[in-house]
Amino acid sequence: MQTKDINENIAWAKINEDVLRSMENPRMGYWVALAACVAMIMCAVLAEIYQYQVGMGPSGLNWPHMWDLYIATFVFWIGMSHSGTLLSAILHIIQADWRKPIYRFAEAMTLFSLMTAGLFPIIHLGRVWNMYWVLPYVSDRGIWPNFRSPLVWDAFAITTYMTSSALFLFIGMIPDLAICRDNARGWRQKLYTVLSLGWQGDDRQWRHFRRIYLMMACFLIPLAVSVHSIVSADFAMSIMPGWHVTTFPPYFVAGALYSGCAAIITLFILLRYFFRFDEYMTIPIMEKTCKLTFAIAMVWTYLNLIEFAATWYGHDPVAKELLIQKFIGPHAPFFWTMLFCGSVLPFTLAFEKLRRHMPTMFVVSLFLNLGMWLERWMIVTPTLSFSHQPFAWDIMWPSMVQWAIVFGSFGWFGMLFLIFVKVFPSVSMYEVKEMVFHRRHYHSDELESKFHRRAGDRQSDADPSREGA
Amino acid sequence: MSLKNILENWSHYRRAHEEGGHHEYEHMWGMAIDLNKCTGCNACSVACYAENNLPTVGKDRMRKGQGLHWLRMERYWDEPDLGGDDKEYQERGGSFLPMMCQHCNAATCEPVCPVAATYHTPDGLNAQVYNRCIGSRYCSNNCPYRLRYFNFYSYYEESWPEPLNMQLNPDLSVRDKGVMEKCTFCIQRIRTGKDAAQREGREVKDGDVVTACAQTCPTEAIVFGDLLDKDAQVTKLWKAQEVELGRAKQDKSDGELRGYRVLEGLNTDPCVMYMDRVREA
Repeated sequence: MQTKDINENIAWAKINEDVLRSMENPRMGYWVALAACVAMIMCAVLAEIYQYQVGMGPSGLNWPHMWDLYIATFVFWIGMSHSGTLLSAILHIIQADWRKPIYRFAEAMTLFSLMTAGLFPIIHLGRVWNMYWVLPYVSDRGIWPNFRSPLVWDAFAITTYMTSSALFLFIGMIPDLAICRDNARGWRQKLYTVLSLGWQGDDRQWRHFRRIYLMMACFLIPLAVSVHSIVSADFAMSIMPGWHVTTFPPYFVAGALYSGCAAIITLFILLRYFFRFDEYMTIPIMEKTCKLTFAIAMVWTYLNLIEFAATWYGHDPVAKELLIQKFIGPHAPFFWTMLFCGSVLPFTLAFEKLRRHMPTMFVVSLFLNLGMWLERWMIVTPTLSFSHQPFAWDIMWPSMVQWAIVFGSFGWFGMLFLIFVKVFPSVSMYEVKEMVFHRRHYHSDELESKFHRRAGDRQSDADPSREGA
Repeated sequence: MSLKNILENWSHYRRAHEEGGHHEYEHMWGMAIDLNKCTGCNACSVACYAENNLPTVGKDRMRKGQGLHWLRMERYWDEPDLGGDDKEYQERGGSFLPMMCQHCNAATCEPVCPVAATYHTPDGLNAQVYNRCIGSRYCSNNCPYRLRYFNFYSYYEESWPEPLNMQLNPDLSVRDKGVMEKCTFCIQRIRTGKDAAQREGREVKDGDVVTACAQTCPTEAIVFGDLLDKDAQVTKLWKAQEVELGRAKQDKSDGELRGYRVLEGLNTDPCVMYMDRVREA
């Protein structure tokens, strides 16, 4: 069944109206959600204050578990940030137009998950107050960070990626901010006037805009891939079994895109429901996102399998022991849940009936991300539990302090996202207009009866999906 | 000001970075530990606590794995049948492996530290700079021997309440929370030994420096010395066991030789040699 991504007969004014409406008059539910997010953040803040005062002890970390949930959740949030780049940059240069209504919030997600991820390496430091020593600032003593350390590469990669994706989000939003400026009053008008950088929408501006947007897209793609490769280097560059794995960079990138896509599905459904964006975030677009997620899930599964196979047939006794421990040891319940959520559950995305059923997809996408979070945990912790020195074998359960901070990170992300959707347009107005643009010149009843289809309509005759392209 | 300094001395800074580490060592402190002699009495560990201002963390934290024991006595039941059912002689089947920082020459902990708080000294030691450490704990994660310990709490007041703080060794600091630490081969004693030799206008000779654990060991299982000193006892022991620095695979003329280094296959090139325990058949 082939249907149009969106109804091409939506009037431009209606697009403006719908999107601008979504930014106004927050309802009671919005404030409740925001308050809940702030409450979650407070849990984390209290835990962090306690940890800051007392030391890393209350987090339940121990010898040999020097890292645990903090680093796992850090990798999880970094991974989440890859979806925005995938949708807006990769799909932009391959001209997959269905990305247009949904890339804006995905990009915001990128930025906010990076802002969340960036907190964890700081929180997990034993001496937080000295964190700036990781940066190569000019010092009279001639002391530099250790450029051989993957943690320093992390610091560079994440700050670069965060800056670039913030810029990319902002640049892509300029024409929309101009629309907001023209329709706003009060503080909003002042804000949008500054942010829209005097956008008039003339030809010269559009030409420059297109050029810089494409350039940023081309710059961001290798950057995104390198960022998660570098994060994987935290593990791959080490000597520990289960970390010292050659396939880690592609494995991490695949996992990142995977969890990012799953999160896009979650937010897609939430926005569609709460902002009544049914006409923009349509079922066909949902289906395409699901198909993409399924493909990435299969790549991830494949990389998982070759990692197991390489360890098994590699006959490195320590790595093999660790693999066996993962399958049947104390971490086995989490490990199998991860494999179920990551490799079995995505098959629901392969069925059209399920793909088109929003509540199912909502639950599935949450479980996919649970699986991806567990994946990160199962990368970090079992290696520390069962490494080379059998005397140092140990099992630990993270304490409430760690759980509170992990829990709070979701509140932090949620709060940023909630603020975003009410201050900035979460659907790209000008690009959705591009999707309906072609139809506006063909206004004959005959053509309309032939081509006008609502999203989800059954196809009656020849394939109209490429019409007007 | 500082930028000017950097720009003017750029070639110096650049060279220092390119040629990181040391290529010509003044000393190469090392150990030889005879497991035949080790009775597992833990005196070395106690001596280490006393010498290096190690905090006692209490039962609960120790059980949680938050203790700091630079020298730990690992007990393995390598021949569990030897003890048999006889409760009194159960330990006959056990063997002991005193583990302290192996001061690897290709230390895995060194390249991963983001702030270069751990590095190799011209003495061949793997040094830890407490003041520079920011507590990322990456070094401990990347130590295959798991010989690096972290200060999960601030122990100063709890571990040495008045007047116990008077017993602290004044030659080295008490570490605060958030810092990684590990065996230093009693670097303060090395310093003292070198200073004394310099005052007397001579080279450091074997026996000038003895670590706390080697000094305390009742069976003299631990021998400490400079591996670059041809006459040192430790050098002779290494030679007799045909164990050599810089060689991952020790090809020995005699399979009966007992010398080995822990996890040699990882090519970390440790400076501690163990001599395997031989049991009566």
